[in-house]
Formats: sequence, structure tokens, C-alpha cells
Amino acid sequence: MSHHIVAVQDLHYAYADGTPAVQGISFRIEHGESVAIVGANGAGKSTLLLHLNGYLTPQRGTVQVGDVLLSKETLPQARRTVGMVFQDPDDQLFMPTVRDDIAFGPLNLGLPLDEVEARVAAALKRVDAEHLADRPPYRLSGGEKRAVAIASVLSMQPEILVMDEPTTGLDPAARRRLIDLLASFHHTRIIATHDLDLVLDLCTRTIVIHQGRIMADRPTLEIFHDAELLQRSHLEAPLRLQSCPVCSRTLPPPHDPEAHHHHHHDDLVEPHSHD
Amino acid sequence: MAKIESAFFDIGTLDRLASRDNWLSRLDPRAKVVTTLLFVVMVVSSGKYEVSALLPFFLFPFALIAVADLPLDYLCKKLLIAAPFAFFVGVFNPFFDSAPQLQLHGWAISGGWLSFASIMLRFTLTVSAALILIATTSFTGVCLALEKLGAPRVFVLQLLFLYRYLFVLIDEGSRLHRAQTLRSFNGKGRGLKVLGSLLGQLLLRTLDRAQRIHMAMLCRGFDGEVRMTRRLHIGIREVVFVGGWGATFLLFRTCNLPQTLGLLVERLMR
Repeated sequence: MSHHIVAVQDLHYAYADGTPAVQGISFRIEHGESVAIVGANGAGKSTLLLHLNGYLTPQRGTVQVGDVLLSKETLPQARRTVGMVFQDPDDQLFMPTVRDDIAFGPLNLGLPLDEVEARVAAALKRVDAEHLADRPPYRLSGGEKRAVAIASVLSMQPEILVMDEPTTGLDPAARRRLIDLLASFHHTRIIATHDLDLVLDLCTRTIVIHQGRIMADRPTLEIFHDAELLQRSHLEAPLRLQSCPVCSRTLPPPHDPEAHHHHHHDDLVEPHSHD
Repeated sequence: MAKIESAFFDIGTLDRLASRDNWLSRLDPRAKVVTTLLFVVMVVSSGKYEVSALLPFFLFPFALIAVADLPLDYLCKKLLIAAPFAFFVGVFNPFFDSAPQLQLHGWAISGGWLSFASIMLRFTLTVSAALILIATTSFTGVCLALEKLGAPRVFVLQLLFLYRYLFVLIDEGSRLHRAQTLRSFNGKGRGLKVLGSLLGQLLLRTLDRAQRIHMAMLCRGFDGEVRMTRRLHIGIREVVFVGGWGATFLLFRTCNLPQTLGLLVERLMR
């Protein structure tokens, strides 16, 4: 049994013009962990993600996926293990119909047709999108596109899911559905995002990246309560952890339903009438 | 700008038509592609002044429209949009080729008018056949058939991607256009120079996107071959379809049926 770990050791990467993007990043993500990678624009998140499935090759340092060290020879295996969900679903859904798209990966793996069809059906069911199977991707809504993009990766049965900004462009309801879906997965999950409320819901551990280096790698709640760290990394505590806009009282931590109960604003129309 | 685009690239409707279930749409796409190809070759290879001999060929589009229950007015509209291209190809023929070719009730009809009519007829026949092919097979089906028939893979891949990203490209183009329109006043900001940088922008964005798509394809094990789950099958129906229409086209092409019919009627009248 291979353990679905991702280990990055002293990773360096600079773009062709010499701009350094990643300067010595190391971490180890264990089997089944859900980890957020946060940081300001241009902090190096996307570059880091592109290393995790071998699209970019490290200029220095190593990337280990499962039991194998990433190299040209192990690339196909790594790409099967790591499912990558891109920021813009239009980039990911390139086939004429949803069904074709979800079948694309399994067919490339050389699976028999019956197995491919079974996997397509299972992936569609998993993201609740069976009714979209024969639709062309350009006629789906943002939320549907996102769900199908995830299905197109799930059909390859990856052990590790890597996601870049999964909630951009989604309306609140679609965003909530996506979070619920992701919460139901048992994969090792790595999510790069600016949506810190999503991090609060999904990730127990957070890695903060700033200017190509790791600023912090700690439990999520601990990081979100470190105001000084957040400010230095151009971040802000999730809205739910900031003080209440009505009475300025600091909200209780999210996992304390009892405390939530005592903090009600039924009279939001007239905020000052409540003590 | 947006109007021309939406009218011309309205592949959506054709797709919707193709997804309906009928005898024709269940036929293997290869049979339909080959038959349409035969049809086009036969029509296009007819003589320069041929008018009457082309008329029987209308049987093919009308038969398919009837079987697949396609909306005639929709197809006619599509034909009209493309018609100016054929019209301008042939419109000068009557001026250049004024030698009389035909006497009709004492009217002399010049070769130019005949060839102009022939061009318009051929245009109507071939373009409607192509539209009907897509409306009964879907664009993807046509691409798939081409690949199975041995068309170069790169070519088929380009067609598939053209079809998939046309809308994304139009979207991006019209966003740029909108942004420009909203900030240009009194005809300023609309020159060629601005258009140049606009097109440059579009090209750069397209290249960026192409790179991201390629990345997404690699991530899912793309190795140069596009595979699809559709199962194709050539059965007796396909053979009969291709053979039957092929023989009919050959008959139309080799003997001028309207002329034969006319001679026959003439002889009977005597």
C-alpha cells in the first residue's frame, strides 16, 4: 500500500526572465490530510501547484508523490495519483460533451470501454451531475462547470486532489454546495485559495506563502488568530472570525454551537436597539 | 458585430437538432459523411452551363429533411446568410459571357446567365447538404467519422477544438469590444491602431489559454490521440444508405433526367 503523501523538499523555481517564484519551500502532507495553501497574489501558489503534478520540473529540490520522486520517468504515475482541478473550468473542459470530457482521462489510461463508462457514471453521480452528461460544456452554469471539472478528475480515481481557487466565480449557493462536496471527500486535499472562509470549513492545516517562501505552517485556527502574521502576508482573518458588524463583539469560534446560540441579531433593521 | 456572430455561429441549434432521435441520427456518422461527400463531388463536377441536370439532385436534401423532420425555414435562413458569397462569385458572369447559349420561347439566354444560375444551384445543393449533415450527425459526430475514415488526427483535433472554443473566443472578443466601446467617444478610440492592439490582446489571451488547456490535457494523460466512448457500427442499413444514394447520384449525374423526360413527353405528344 502506498501512502498518499505529498512531500516537497527545498523547492526552488525561477521564471525564464529570472523572476524567482518559489524560493526554498518544504512541507510534507500526510495521507488524508486537507491542507490550504494561502498567500497574496503572486506569492507563488500557482507555481507551487504546477510542480505537484509535474507540469513544472523543480530547478532545485524534490517533489515526492506517494512513494515516488517526481521525474520524467515517473510522470505518468504521478499524474494518475494527483488530480488537478484548474481555476478556470473552461480550460479543463475541452471535449465536446460532458461525458466525453469525463471519459477523457480514463480512456487515456487505456481502460476498457465498459470500465470507462462505469467510471463516468460514478463520477457524475458523485458530483450530482448525471443530468448534464450529454450537454456541451459551454452551456453549463459556473457551478455546473465546476462540478463537472471535479468529476473529470475523479474519474481517474486519484488519491490526491489539488485545487486552484475552487470557489472563484461561484454564487453563494453554488459555493456552499461545492464546499459540502469537498468536505465529503476522503482524498488527501491541497487547496490553494483566497477564500479563507472556505479554508475554515475544509482545512485543518494551513500553509501561508509569502514571496516564494513559507511564512507559517500550522493548524488553521491558530493561523487565523495570529493577526500580525496575517497582516505581514497580505491576508485577513476570515469574515466569520472578525468581529460582528452589528455589535462589534468578537464572534465565538465556529465549532462552538452553544456560543452561536447566544449571539443573535433578529433586529438587524435597527442595530442599536440590541444592547 | 455580435449579431453576425450569433447568426452565423449558431451551432447550438444544429446541435439540438442532431441530438434528437430518429432513423437518420442513429445511422453511423461515417455513412452520412461519405454519402454527403459523394453528393458534393457529383454536384460540383457537373458541367459549367448545367442547370436542368442539377434539379434532380434536390431529391437528396428534401428526402433527408423529410425523414429527420428538420425545420425548413431555419435551414433556408442559414442558406441566405451564406448566399452573398456565392452570389458575388457568379454575379459578373452574365457580363463577361454574353454569347447566347439557349433559345427559350424566342428569348436568347446567354452563357453567363446559365452559369450564374448553375453556381447558385450548386451553392444551394452543397451548402444545404452540409447543414443537413451537421443537423443529423452533430459536429462531433462528423469529426469522429473523419478520424475513423483516415483524416489526419491533427486536423480532426483542430476541428474539435475550434468547435469547443469558438464560443469562448467570441466571448473574449466581445468583452474586449465592449470595453473599447464603453470608453471611446465621438469616434475617438476606434482607429486601426486601437484595433491592432485589441487583436494583439486577443491573440495573447488565446495563446495563454491554449497553454492552460494543454496543461489540463497533459494532467489527464493526453498522448496525442483523442479517444471517445462512442461505439460505431457499420451494418446493413449503412451499406444500403450509402449504396442506394451513391447509385442514385450516379444516375442523376450520367443522364440528364429532366431532358430525357422532356423528350419522352414530346414524343408522346406527337
